[in-house]
Amino acid sequence: MTPSTKLTLGPVLFNWKPETLRDFYFRMADESCVDTVHVGEVVCSKRTPFFEPFIPEVVERLTAAGKEVVLSSLALIMSDREIAQARDLAQAEGVLVEANDISVAALMQGRPFVAGPLLNIYNEGTLATLAAMGAVRVCLPAELSADAVAALAAATSMEAEVQAFGRLPLAISARCYAARARNLSKDGCQYVCADDPDGMAVETLDEVPFLAVNGTQTMSYHTMDLLGDVAGLAARGIRRFRLWPQTFDMVAVAGLFRAVLAGKAGMDEAEDRLAALCPGAEFANGYIHGRPGHLFIEAGD
Amino acid sequence: MASVASLVRPELVCPAGTPAALRSAVDAGADCVYVGFRDETNARNFPGLNFNRKELAEGIAYAHERGAKVLVAINTFPRAGNPGIWHQAVADAARLKADAAILADIGLIEHAHRAHPDLRLHLSVQAAASNPDAIRFYAERFGVKRVVLPRVLTVQEIAAVNARIAPVETEVFVFGGLCVMAEGRCALSSYATGQSPNMNGVCSPAGEVRYTETAQGITSELGGFTINKFAHDEPAGYPTLCKGRFIAKDKASYLFEEPTSLNTLSMLPDLIKAGVTAFKIEGRQRGRAYVAAVVQAFRAGVDAVMAGKPLPDIDLDRITEGGKQTTGAYEKAWR
Repeated sequence: MTPSTKLTLGPVLFNWKPETLRDFYFRMADESCVDTVHVGEVVCSKRTPFFEPFIPEVVERLTAAGKEVVLSSLALIMSDREIAQARDLAQAEGVLVEANDISVAALMQGRPFVAGPLLNIYNEGTLATLAAMGAVRVCLPAELSADAVAALAAATSMEAEVQAFGRLPLAISARCYAARARNLSKDGCQYVCADDPDGMAVETLDEVPFLAVNGTQTMSYHTMDLLGDVAGLAARGIRRFRLWPQTFDMVAVAGLFRAVLAGKAGMDEAEDRLAALCPGAEFANGYIHGRPGHLFIEAGD
Repeated sequence: MASVASLVRPELVCPAGTPAALRSAVDAGADCVYVGFRDETNARNFPGLNFNRKELAEGIAYAHERGAKVLVAINTFPRAGNPGIWHQAVADAARLKADAAILADIGLIEHAHRAHPDLRLHLSVQAAASNPDAIRFYAERFGVKRVVLPRVLTVQEIAAVNARIAPVETEVFVFGGLCVMAEGRCALSSYATGQSPNMNGVCSPAGEVRYTETAQGITSELGGFTINKFAHDEPAGYPTLCKGRFIAKDKASYLFEEPTSLNTLSMLPDLIKAGVTAFKIEGRQRGRAYVAAVVQAFRAGVDAVMAGKPLPDIDLDRITEGGKQTTGAYEKAWR
């Protein structure tokens, strides 16, 4: 048992209605057991203005509930507007910032920050540089195996975090595929990504579920499920696990991970419960087992 | 508009997967040739491709005798606990007097900057430095002299970047295979196959490819996932993951990108005016005839622009993927 292991609620990667998003965060503040909550638009700067007015009250509510709040940056920063957003974010006071583009890490100028999962962090050398730049926590890339994340956790004094639940962010592009799927341009996108609050399912021509599209981001179709792996990873030095929000009952999902980490839930029972909480989801954990990411490797295989 | 006299003559940076391709590229007018070592330290880690140390030494000698440069791509991300072959690759590039190393990983760049201060460093496209703040970070912290820009920016955005980062140079892709995602920030290949550009130097690896005959035609698969289907009379293309056909919203389409090649020959005047220092041709996996044809075309194009003459009318259709071409992200409508 590793009582010190913490749970992070990652930023909501999807385009949810501002009021829905606000209420989601209020509920996470009031009812969830997560230690840390990330807020902020990661995927598309066109979405940013809609939720911005709600951020102060959300941060206040989360903070009052005892949650650590982290403001996450955009992953792909190109336009003047995006550069300005990143610079503003880097000046945020009294709250930790997560850098998902290297420019944000540089803009922190030595102040503490979280090195996000969309940076390329594969080895000890990169960890050391980020630590020297002020990183205090690192959320490692999804495609690393258990051996790799354990080696990296052992090599740094930063808190090591691993992604443990939810559709995985796999790629980011300048092109919007939600718009393209509807024959719209990105400039005239009509914010159609909001139609798919868990992402747009992408199947092969044989109708096999494969990927999911969230605007300019491409994600896994499968929902990552490390319930069976978190205890072992915690024993190998991983001090935090990240749950990516979806429209499932995230309070219950977080409670389940907490119970498993505390040794209070049997694995079969926990997996059944997770399946019930995520109707229609197909689960995967291949990456952490050093296999293709879409696979689910049963414990003991 | 800048006058011809004020334009900076861009270097033509050409691919070589083999010593023969290197000689062809130099002979065809390449200013620089870029190569990789025969292992997973580079992002074209394909069977039968790339250079051993002796071949690199000979290639550098051949190029230098003819006034051309050789750049060594060491642009994958060193494995946790095992950076040895990456450090050795950088050391050998320095020892053999390569004109620059093209690196992507922050830790490896820091190592190269510290251990080989005389080695000129270029930032690989795999680092996806897409804005001036990111570029200045690599330049100021590690002395990076040139940044290969990710294929996400428009020509206008490239011009704006150049205006803000001088004297750091930029290099852009002008021809060849086209990443649709921001380079180095894509794990689609490992999601399907377990192997990715960042970790293994391969995307959509050949060992995971299968072609199956059906009554309707040929199905191409990658890692067991169907990537495309072709009628009997259609050529069955290689199943690069992001160039496949998929179903979304009940409609089958090339959701991410068509099987197409980047060709910016027509945009060379704009790219030169945008202040780009170097033009890069993709394709270290290509044969020497392909390399020679593309290099000759772009050599003629750059020389025409610099002489204030109209662009030559050169048809590269026959050597592009599926015969289809795009100017990609350089034009905003692509997004």
